[in-house]
Amino acid sequence: MKTLVCIKQVPGTTEVEVDDNGNLIRSGVDAKMNPYDLYALETALKLQEDQKGEVSVITMGPPQSKEVIREAYMMGVNQGFLLTDRRFAGADVLATSYTLAQGAYQAGDFDLILCGKQTTDGDTAQVGPEMAEYLGIPHVANVKTIVECKENSLIVEVEMPTSIQTVEVNFPCLITVEKGIFQPRLPSYRLKKKTKYQEITELSLDHFKDINEKRYGLSGSPTQVERIFPPEQNTTSERWEGENLGDKLYQTLVDLKFLYENK
Amino acid sequence: MAKIIVNQEKIKDIDEAIKLCPFDAIEWNEKEREVGITAACKVCMICVNKGPEGAFELEEDDIYIDKSQWKGVAVYVDHDEGQVHPVTHELIGKARELADKIGHPVYAVFIGSDIQKQAEDLRYYGVDEVFVYDNPAFQDFTIEPYTAAFSDFIDKVSPSTVLVGATPLGRSLAPRVAARFKTGLTADCTILDMKEDTDLVQIRPAFGGNIMAQICTPKHRPQFATVRYKIMDAAQRLDKAVGKVTNCEPPKNLASAIRVLDSKAKEIEEDIADAEVIVVAGRAIKKEEDLEMIHMLAKELGGKVAVTRPLIEAGWGDPKTQIGLSGRTVRPKLMITCGVSGSVQFKAGMTNSDYVFAINKDPNAEIFQVAHYGIIGDVYDVIPELLAKMKKSEEVMA
Repeated sequence: MKTLVCIKQVPGTTEVEVDDNGNLIRSGVDAKMNPYDLYALETALKLQEDQKGEVSVITMGPPQSKEVIREAYMMGVNQGFLLTDRRFAGADVLATSYTLAQGAYQAGDFDLILCGKQTTDGDTAQVGPEMAEYLGIPHVANVKTIVECKENSLIVEVEMPTSIQTVEVNFPCLITVEKGIFQPRLPSYRLKKKTKYQEITELSLDHFKDINEKRYGLSGSPTQVERIFPPEQNTTSERWEGENLGDKLYQTLVDLKFLYENK
Repeated sequence: MAKIIVNQEKIKDIDEAIKLCPFDAIEWNEKEREVGITAACKVCMICVNKGPEGAFELEEDDIYIDKSQWKGVAVYVDHDEGQVHPVTHELIGKARELADKIGHPVYAVFIGSDIQKQAEDLRYYGVDEVFVYDNPAFQDFTIEPYTAAFSDFIDKVSPSTVLVGATPLGRSLAPRVAARFKTGLTADCTILDMKEDTDLVQIRPAFGGNIMAQICTPKHRPQFATVRYKIMDAAQRLDKAVGKVTNCEPPKNLASAIRVLDSKAKEIEEDIADAEVIVVAGRAIKKEEDLEMIHMLAKELGGKVAVTRPLIEAGWGDPKTQIGLSGRTVRPKLMITCGVSGSVQFKAGMTNSDYVFAINKDPNAEIFQVAHYGIIGDVYDVIPELLAKMKKSEEVMA
């Protein structure tokens, strides 16, 4: 079985600020693997242990995104693909999904593609389904348990708002997994040493079948960010300081009819 | 419009070439004796990418969209076995407001099995036309048939804007359909507005939430947005039904590679999303047993207890009671935060609450920016004092 896991390097912190000109200042340059992707990776590695087969990872990003592929190698992944090209920059959900789908075509034929539920920097949870659409394969989102891996299909449990569904999906397919599906393993020191010089395949737009620049990066993105601004602050607020704050709180809750005073 | 060109001489195996297309848009044209592309083509590029080298090529024009050809604000009717999710009524309320600004109609698209009654009911919420795909094949949610029906609706009706609830189902379906139309999708919008030229103004928290981004889809239609439950105001139920229900013939190919084997109801959990009063415990709570006073306060107010991420990480709370971007979005009538610092990711999940009382020792705490009543004090002083006062009031009654 051949499995591909989509991973992403995200900022270590989500604290960002805007300067006086409205430009983003990212404080802290720490980067890490998107925590949700660790669950997808662990799922792939667990399936590999049972089924034999290979696990590859793919990521799109600047050259330093290699770090997350190295980390995946330390967890036991066999092969890594980095999609890196200046022309990929500024991609929205659609352009990102398209780039990943193009990369997946180059990386090989996969039975199963795994994604984390969402990323911590974008929080959209949409790249997986869009990528599946571009690859023309079915997808199942919100997978909380792997029930059984058969030769040509996978049986999984899906978290729905009021029910838990057991679903069988044929290969090839894409699934997005919930946090907690398995406990992610830690990177191993032994594998770190072993994979120190292991190759990472770098792919740019020129390696793809579709080399039309208009479909990648900013120009391939239907959505445009018009402006960014700090959230509105509450201007009607009152501030209380000093003594007897509990009493004052009590009285206000009574006045607003959240409590009934018994006299 | 972009289209696929077939280079006949590059095709060796015609049957294999025809099978490439998931939409059955590649066919053998007996008259011309060549492989052709039918109107079913979605320009999904699968034949270009997976077919023989050079056999299928894309020919495209510059992007130009005639916005006047796209009319209507459509709402996807989110439901669970026919039971309509309340986010649908919220989106209809918003759709009405947006549509009225540009003189467009409000549509609803309802895909399911045995849903006529529910479809009729939507007319009481001011929908101009409810498009219904009612077929046993839609009994369970599987991605391919639902995407096919949704796409059929867009092909037929050409709505300018499509709103989808950010439920687990909506978050799976909306991107699939948006990618099929190669158009923009903005997730978890918290503010929506409409420009005169029918561009949807989509505002959402970005980069974790302490920055808002205003996003538009200026050159593509339809423009897709998802909105979480409890963000918009629900449409009021009218005394009289308006508009009409139109039943649509489902698309022919409703095959799925997915089979639902079993579905069992989840144990009904207490859901903080529905609570009218929420008391939130934050990092200032020093010991797990100190949560007792938070629970007492919630009980007195007839509300629920929620927590912030640090407490989840400490193992002191059920992750289902976490508020924020990685937890639940809530919109209670009353929220009292106890020692919550007010991180961006927390604020993103509660800014629409009616009354927010924030208790925090630090006068510079971020939470005070979104609180209506900022109480600068120690939770270990304020809460016991409040509880004592409540208790005294009860004794008076007794």
